[in-house]
Amino acid sequence: MALLMKGNEAIAEAAIQAGCRLFYGYPITPSTEIPEYMAKKMKDAGGTYLQAESEVAAIYMVYGAGAVGERVMTGTSSPGFSLMQEGISYLFAAEIPSVIVDVMRGGPGLGGLGPTQADYFQLTKGGGHGDYHAMVLAPATVQEMVDLTKLSFDLADAYRNPVILAVDGILGQMMEPVEFPSYEGQKLEPKAWAASGAEGRPKNNIVSYYLTNEVGEAENRRWGQKMARIKATEQRFAEYQMADAEYAFVAFGTSSRITETAVDMLREEGIKAGLYRPITLWPFPEAGLAARLNQIKGWISIELSAGQMVEDVKLVVNGKAPVGFYGRQGGMTPEPEDIVTAFKAQLLGGVQA
Amino acid sequence: MKPIFTKTAGLTERPFHYCPGCTHGIIHRLIAEVLEELNLIEKSIGIAPVGCAGFCETYFACDMIGAAHGRAVAVATGAKRGRPDRVVFTYQGDGDGASIGLAETISAAARGEKITSIFVNNAIYGMTGGQMAPTSLIGQKTATSPYGREAATMGFPLDLPKVLTQVKGAAYVASVSVDTPQAIQKAKKAIKKAFQVQLDGLGYSFVSILSTCPTNWGVNPVEALEWLQTKMKPYFALGELKIPATEGGGEA
Ligand SMILES: Cc1ncc(C[n+]2csc(CCOP(=O)(O)OP(=O)(O)O)c2C)c(N)n1
Ligand code: SF4
Repeated sequence: MALLMKGNEAIAEAAIQAGCRLFYGYPITPSTEIPEYMAKKMKDAGGTYLQAESEVAAIYMVYGAGAVGERVMTGTSSPGFSLMQEGISYLFAAEIPSVIVDVMRGGPGLGGLGPTQADYFQLTKGGGHGDYHAMVLAPATVQEMVDLTKLSFDLADAYRNPVILAVDGILGQMMEPVEFPSYEGQKLEPKAWAASGAEGRPKNNIVSYYLTNEVGEAENRRWGQKMARIKATEQRFAEYQMADAEYAFVAFGTSSRITETAVDMLREEGIKAGLYRPITLWPFPEAGLAARLNQIKGWISIELSAGQMVEDVKLVVNGKAPVGFYGRQGGMTPEPEDIVTAFKAQLLGGVQA
Repeated sequence: MKPIFTKTAGLTERPFHYCPGCTHGIIHRLIAEVLEELNLIEKSIGIAPVGCAGFCETYFACDMIGAAHGRAVAVATGAKRGRPDRVVFTYQGDGDGASIGLAETISAAARGEKITSIFVNNAIYGMTGGQMAPTSLIGQKTATSPYGREAATMGFPLDLPKVLTQVKGAAYVASVSVDTPQAIQKAKKAIKKAFQVQLDGLGYSFVSILSTCPTNWGVNPVEALEWLQTKMKPYFALGELKIPATEGGGEA
């Protein structure tokens, strides 16, 4: 049975269904429905919602709960997400499974409440210190928010890595029909590494430091291998009208939905456009994009930012075709017509088909 | 022959890395003895700070989690809420608990978080080489107060346990020292009491312990104890500053 639900609430419900029993957060618009839903529902689920004193504290509460082996989540919006960066670096180094939602809003600074995708760099490049990546999933519908939230808990446990759900203010607030298929989950190893009390076993330590540079390099290499493994197996994307496309848009989340309409408009004019939609922002789905390189005459990245993902697109395209960019900022979203115009100006030299 | 003193099972075999005359080691032993005596070694989760005690996860025989600088109490909160059946404690320096992690300490106290914090006050930043701490005394020369801490520009040393007595959720607050055998006995009693308060589910328990840092105070171990006695003891409130309401305690 389909339910009509707000994106943020759908994430919260999906997390509970995936076995998340601990939520720590600090209220910030436009993500507040997540803590509010958790505050209401965790009790009946036998879990705990706790309002932290700050996002700094919240991310370390996540660290503590993850370290004792529990499924745990926090949700925030851009300024709060910035405050969590040190903690995410620590979560990575201590290899603590954790799920973090960033419902992005306009920045920099206090910014505005409107939707944006301008956290892309800090989401995908390791916003904190050191060589690391969190896995980043970017849903484009409320249904996908449910499915990817559940998946994120499995991925976090399977790789012992932080997983981030990257959403923007529109998706978080939008109501759409959703289904909650029963959650099976992956078969995962018990968390023998957890520091949950050393009853009947040798003690466990969870730390994020190393005392010698040699060990430091070895650890970083081991993490690097894990990152390579994730890159090789977890790239996800969706395609729209790509089979015969000559030109391709690249867009995720809200901007991908607007871009779909732009693709339809161009197709009506007889221009073979398609949409390549990354679902994992990290790992960036290079393989799927690379597979289209011989077919596509020009790419254009559509983002709610000054152009961040476009850098990853360019790295994959590597000069084999022109790569354009069009974006809106500060909480504004483009109209499909604007996208069509930008596409024509940048990839068709302004010439009408 | 009957052994009259053995190493506590609460500690691992690993030798301490602390400087000669540093009292971090004594404090470790007291906590470890309490863990053993209360039969908590397998039931406890300790949170290590960043500071000179940042490697204490290798010393305590229980499960340990290393936090970021100042975040031990938040990590402890996360762990305790995840495993309310476990005893969770933090071991922190004064910089960790009273400066960068001050918000975490006060907030956990206000929530009556059922965890125990052991707060080691050596009036200096040991780990980073002797910079000024929130607890450094007026006139105290440190690497970042080379002319002595001046109240007008650097403010006053913070007596955190005294502050915590004002916080409702803090059930037990003690301030002790480890400079004499008698003081060590008292300190152990306070630590034990703090763990008992957690076991009884009464709220946040906090034990501040005045500790030496001969290395960064620039004195020898004997002088360090004298420095603690003559400079620190007069400034910081000592004793059981707040006992649980169930024993007639209340806000100071
Ligand atoms: C975010 C951050 N800021 C600063 C530091 C550097 N740092 C490490 S330990 C420390 C202070 C240690 O002093 P204290 O907590 O009093 O413990 P002690 O070493 O004296 O036992 C500082 C400033 C750090 N590791 N992380
Ligand atoms: S630097 Fe100071 S606090 Fe650190 S181990 Fe040495 S004496 Fe102890």
